[in-house]
Amino acid sequence: MLSTVLQQIVFYFFAASLVFSAAMVVLSRNPVTSALFLVYSFFNSAILWMLLNAEFLSLVLIFVYVGAVMTLFLFVVMMLNIDIETLRKGFVRYLPFGLVAVALVVGLMITAIWPANFGALPNPQAAADYSNTGALGALLYTHYVYAFELAAMLLLVAIVAAISLSQHGKPQRKTQNISKQIDVDPKDRVHLVNMLSEKKQ
Amino acid sequence: MPLSAYLIVSSILFGIAVAGMVINRKNLILLLMCIELMLLAVNTNFIAFSHFLGNLQGQIFVFFILTVAAAEAAIGLAILMVFFRNKHTISVQEMNSLKG
Repeated sequence: MLSTVLQQIVFYFFAASLVFSAAMVVLSRNPVTSALFLVYSFFNSAILWMLLNAEFLSLVLIFVYVGAVMTLFLFVVMMLNIDIETLRKGFVRYLPFGLVAVALVVGLMITAIWPANFGALPNPQAAADYSNTGALGALLYTHYVYAFELAAMLLLVAIVAAISLSQHGKPQRKTQNISKQIDVDPKDRVHLVNMLSEKKQ
Repeated sequence: MPLSAYLIVSSILFGIAVAGMVINRKNLILLLMCIELMLLAVNTNFIAFSHFLGNLQGQIFVFFILTVAAAEAAIGLAILMVFFRNKHTISVQEMNSLKG
């Protein structure tokens, strides 16, 4: 267990780093840079989740998000030949409006969740032999097993949808042509040839 | 760290994502990335409350949010590829083919 001071140092460092990288995702010029800063912000928030004793989910965030989803993002960004300058035309025009809107929303939320309102809950200390993965699995495979199966089906549907959307051009596979199959005439398929049998000499 | 510290961090993250959606409203890829940031903020909220209230159901919910977000990112990027193939741009303003 980390000591309280060390925990505070880790929290403030990675929270500041998370906010910085999220701002860079929004503000950077190049989509590839944005994607890489998004990866960095996923790492930072995985460390914050680790401080909250959610070890399984923070590792899942790194493996699934950084390993799979962001790789997909980077592939797509690099495959598309994007003209960035036309896409950023309205950037400066909308910047003040965006900043005012975000300041209002964040100010409202922070006044609502100020430590006077939410700071009273004590920080629970987990037991030394507490296993987050074990506890999560015990709950997931008993109470939530139906939802778990539904999530698996959802991923299957997503696979089929993504493949069928991104496939294009002439299909390379063999397919049935049903009208041709029905139209076929027996004479086209079988030739009966009359032939005299020959004697062995 | 108190609960409110985590909540403040995630609300700032959510606000940055909303601002990104407003100021990058032409770039479809940036919009998808801002949605990912929003989901990250929401998940941080869920995990913070789950830890401080001693209730694991919040983490179960984060598990399902991660699943749905992965499916959403895959299908969104596939739609983006098809859109770029047809229009040669990813600007949101060009998405008007269904107007007729």
